[in-house]
Amino acid sequence: MYKKTIKQLSSALQNKDFSSEELVSSYLQRCDSHNSNLNCFISLMPETAIAQARSADKKIQNGEAGPLTGIPLAHKDIFCTNGTKTSCGSSMLDNFIAPYDATVVTRLNEAGMVTLGKTNMDEFAMGSTNETSFYGAVKNPWDTARVPGGSSGGSAAAVAAKLAPVATGTDTGGSIRQPASLCGITGLKPTYGRVSRYGMIAYASSLDQGGPITQTAEDAAIMLNAMAGFDERDSTSAEQAVEDYTKDLNESLDGLKIGLPKQYFDGQLDASIESVIQAGVKQLEKLGANVKEIELPNSELSIPAYYVIASAECSSNLARFDGVRFGHRCDDPEDLTDLYLRSRAEGFGKEVKRRIITGTYVLSAGYYDAYYLKAQKLRRMIRDDFRSALEDVDVIIGPTAPQTAFKLNEFIDDPISMYLSDIYTVSVNLAGLPAISVPAGFANELPVGMQIIGNYFAESRLLNIAHQFQQATDWHQQSPVGFD
Amino acid sequence: MSLEKSDIDKIAWLARISISEEDTPNYLHDVSNILELVEKMNNVDTDNIEPLAHPLEITARLRDDKVTETDQRKHFQEIAPAVDNGHYLVPKVIE
Amino acid sequence: MATDIKWETVIGLEIHAQLATKSKIFSGAATTYGADANTQACAVDLGLPGVLPVLNQQAVEMAIKFGLAVDAHIADKSVFARKNYFYPDLPKGYQISQFELPIVGNGDIEIQLADGSKKIIGITRAHLEEDAGKSVHDGFFDNTGVDLNRAGTPLIEIVSEPDMRSAEEAIAYLKKIHSIVRYLKICDGNMQEGSFRCDANVSIRPMGQEELGTRTELKNLNSFKFIEQAINYEIERQIDVIESGAEVVQETRLYDPNKNETRTMRSKEEANDYRYFPDPDLLPVCIDQETIEAIKKELPELPDAKRERFIKEFDLSEYDSDVITASRDQAEYFEDTVNAANGEAKLSANWVMGELSAVLNKNNTDITNSPVSAEMLGGMIKRIKDNTISSKIAKQVFEAMCNGKGNADEIIDNQGLKQVTDTGAIEKLVDDVIAANPDQVKQYQESPADKQGKLIGFFVGQIMKQSKGKANPQQVNQLLQEKLK
Repeated sequence: MYKKTIKQLSSALQNKDFSSEELVSSYLQRCDSHNSNLNCFISLMPETAIAQARSADKKIQNGEAGPLTGIPLAHKDIFCTNGTKTSCGSSMLDNFIAPYDATVVTRLNEAGMVTLGKTNMDEFAMGSTNETSFYGAVKNPWDTARVPGGSSGGSAAAVAAKLAPVATGTDTGGSIRQPASLCGITGLKPTYGRVSRYGMIAYASSLDQGGPITQTAEDAAIMLNAMAGFDERDSTSAEQAVEDYTKDLNESLDGLKIGLPKQYFDGQLDASIESVIQAGVKQLEKLGANVKEIELPNSELSIPAYYVIASAECSSNLARFDGVRFGHRCDDPEDLTDLYLRSRAEGFGKEVKRRIITGTYVLSAGYYDAYYLKAQKLRRMIRDDFRSALEDVDVIIGPTAPQTAFKLNEFIDDPISMYLSDIYTVSVNLAGLPAISVPAGFANELPVGMQIIGNYFAESRLLNIAHQFQQATDWHQQSPVGFD
Repeated sequence: MSLEKSDIDKIAWLARISISEEDTPNYLHDVSNILELVEKMNNVDTDNIEPLAHPLEITARLRDDKVTETDQRKHFQEIAPAVDNGHYLVPKVIE
Repeated sequence: MATDIKWETVIGLEIHAQLATKSKIFSGAATTYGADANTQACAVDLGLPGVLPVLNQQAVEMAIKFGLAVDAHIADKSVFARKNYFYPDLPKGYQISQFELPIVGNGDIEIQLADGSKKIIGITRAHLEEDAGKSVHDGFFDNTGVDLNRAGTPLIEIVSEPDMRSAEEAIAYLKKIHSIVRYLKICDGNMQEGSFRCDANVSIRPMGQEELGTRTELKNLNSFKFIEQAINYEIERQIDVIESGAEVVQETRLYDPNKNETRTMRSKEEANDYRYFPDPDLLPVCIDQETIEAIKKELPELPDAKRERFIKEFDLSEYDSDVITASRDQAEYFEDTVNAANGEAKLSANWVMGELSAVLNKNNTDITNSPVSAEMLGGMIKRIKDNTISSKIAKQVFEAMCNGKGNADEIIDNQGLKQVTDTGAIEKLVDDVIAANPDQVKQYQESPADKQGKLIGFFVGQIMKQSKGKANPQQVNQLLQEKLK
């Protein structure tokens, strides 16, 4: 039953082919047997999962079920779950039992979903390999000597290995799309403000956005239906009405205008990746799309702008971890200063500290204009590039990541190379646009994702394109050996 | 812009993160590299560009002035490292 | 250094006024003062991981009201910024404040000094921000206890220009702002509870010099008296420092009211680098002209205007008008009293400032909780005016009203306090008293005219006693003088 999409699971549950409890038990068993190898989960929640499954079964019996009732899922450990450890991949929060539910968690609970557990992630979502996690690296199910990508690596690996039919993720600079690409699954980063950030532990507030990690675009649409929507607890959440994201899935792609940014295919892109993307684009042309080359002249600057803004925001967002009200506190502090200095030094890992130090520096007196303000100006230029490009084309297509999954430890002491691998994803966060990564083929037997970037709140269109692509291809149905 | 050890010391203090003497050169090296990377920004003329703080240029929605929260002190303090008589405890602060 | 230099003091004030909203500026927790520690600190106030702020509309409107009251520019776009520093009473490690784009821009107010002279004081800006929690240093052995109930209470910080030249001017300015925020009902003004606080920037320079001297910032000023003492102490201290050949150091100084002195808290070198940047969790606040106009229409009459109007309309003295309009509630009570008293303003003013004020003081309450309503007080004053009761009997009636015995007319009826004005009845009382006291009559008639005035008092007293105070004193006097001739 773990081979099914959530769309299929839902019909099976409604048809009483099996109960939610049977389904959930089966997944929990699968998690048990594979987690020690893959390290996808920080916490598994068998007791609450079975209880949730039983109550879902009652709803199904009573005919009160919705499309997600009784479907298991995994939450990235960045979403607060009341009564359960919410670690954010950090030693700082190893003892943190969240006292409330994130809005996303509430919404999916209300939709009747069953939480299997909390997935591993780069510490505080800072990383592109999942190796910065306090709980150790997640292994890529396609090759366990490789990383799953990050920061939502645990969620992506869990869905790829079918330890959960679907998972939540968050994307600040590519953290949903890049691991989806590296694990051969579908990952959607919605428009900034589409999904509430309340209860999602902040990394960089003006960039963070939650979204679904799924096997198919159709599943992503079903998930987004439940996740999206205005939240009065999040000032930055969009008041725009939520549409039914499944309604346009079967629209034809006839006349679709695709833009290929010249800067994404500039010769530096690995040829094996490029050929996968070009083949994907060809496929879409066959489905009726027209392709033209476009310009995103400032895309190279998105990495510097992103690392300045994200570091600056994180340096402030992570100031609340001070050992006073929750989280790690050092033993026997001598005085207040000692309490702060040691609790934070002990609680945060290396990459987090690097970014806090960088962010503190770029905001400090005398450097604010040269770094932070400059980055914000570039952010406008980058956003405007996308805006004008999207006046001519409906969507922009390119690779999700410049490479397939890295080897474990490849970048551990080379943060700059790791940062540079975010080249195709961070600009989308700077602009606040929605984008989806769909499996489009393989390079050296590792999955390659194709990124489709749309206009603000055009998630329906993205899901439609991705779904049509998946109707015509079977890349998303490939399973890693040992997990099929 | 090259960083010096004293910069790292100052910034680490502002961020309240203690960095050991032996770790300081690593941070100096890494953060200098990051700054070198971001200094590519200086190649672009941004003179007439307005900074953009938020991707969607929308304005604040305001909340009605209503009390919606109830006392959850017990629940919230269960996860606190040190409390006494409803207060969070820190080592004595001298003013 | 020559000691015959005349020094000029330059003072600027930063006032923090807590806004009287029901809930906090960025959360739905209550703002009630005095609750048990941390019972009014919700997830947002505690800065739990993942929480987000949502701005309180009422706080914004209150800030706009203040801006309009001091003729300031209201920003069509204002932005919240984070002020980053670590302190136990600051849960998030930053305070949400406003930096580059405050909600209220340049404004000014007029102050009046004891000698009657007037002066305009500029207001640089006023911005919205959240209050911090409180550290409790006693009762936790080697620890400090942190109570975050106050964290997130809305504040406006009102920053003045360095326009004040003496402690007297500073106090006049502060009192003016205090009265404005209370008139606007945006702040309860309670300085003991910390809802109205003030920091003072003080410097001195040789008279005539344009350039400002080095300033110190005085903190911990929680009463008008302490502010005045602290500023005066600091002026003297700075003069001493300079005249002894040393230099004033830019620093924050704490005022100790027990010792009446200021002492160093932190110097500029130790000052924080606050790393202000726009809060990415909050969007810009945009205020359109319509909103401003609508709020403008709701503004109450402000203290200056009311004071002037009372002088003109009710013929009050400047002093009386000052006292009456010191608070908006008292001024409104007074005006309601006058209306209920058929326009009798002078008596109303006397009663409000006199008996009523004494009763309120005695009961330690304020005019909004007065045991006697303005209608009741006005009703009684009407009876004084139409001679139903004398001023003396009125005190008795007022006391009965305070004790809940009903309104003036009921009390006068029930207790038979109506003044006797019937000439026949008074004449009979006069005749009886004269007949009963032949010796005193004789003494009176034999006395020289200038002594008679004193002696007549005896008869008046006897008659008032017989009438239980109800005989009209003027009529009694007149009849006695006629009959004793």
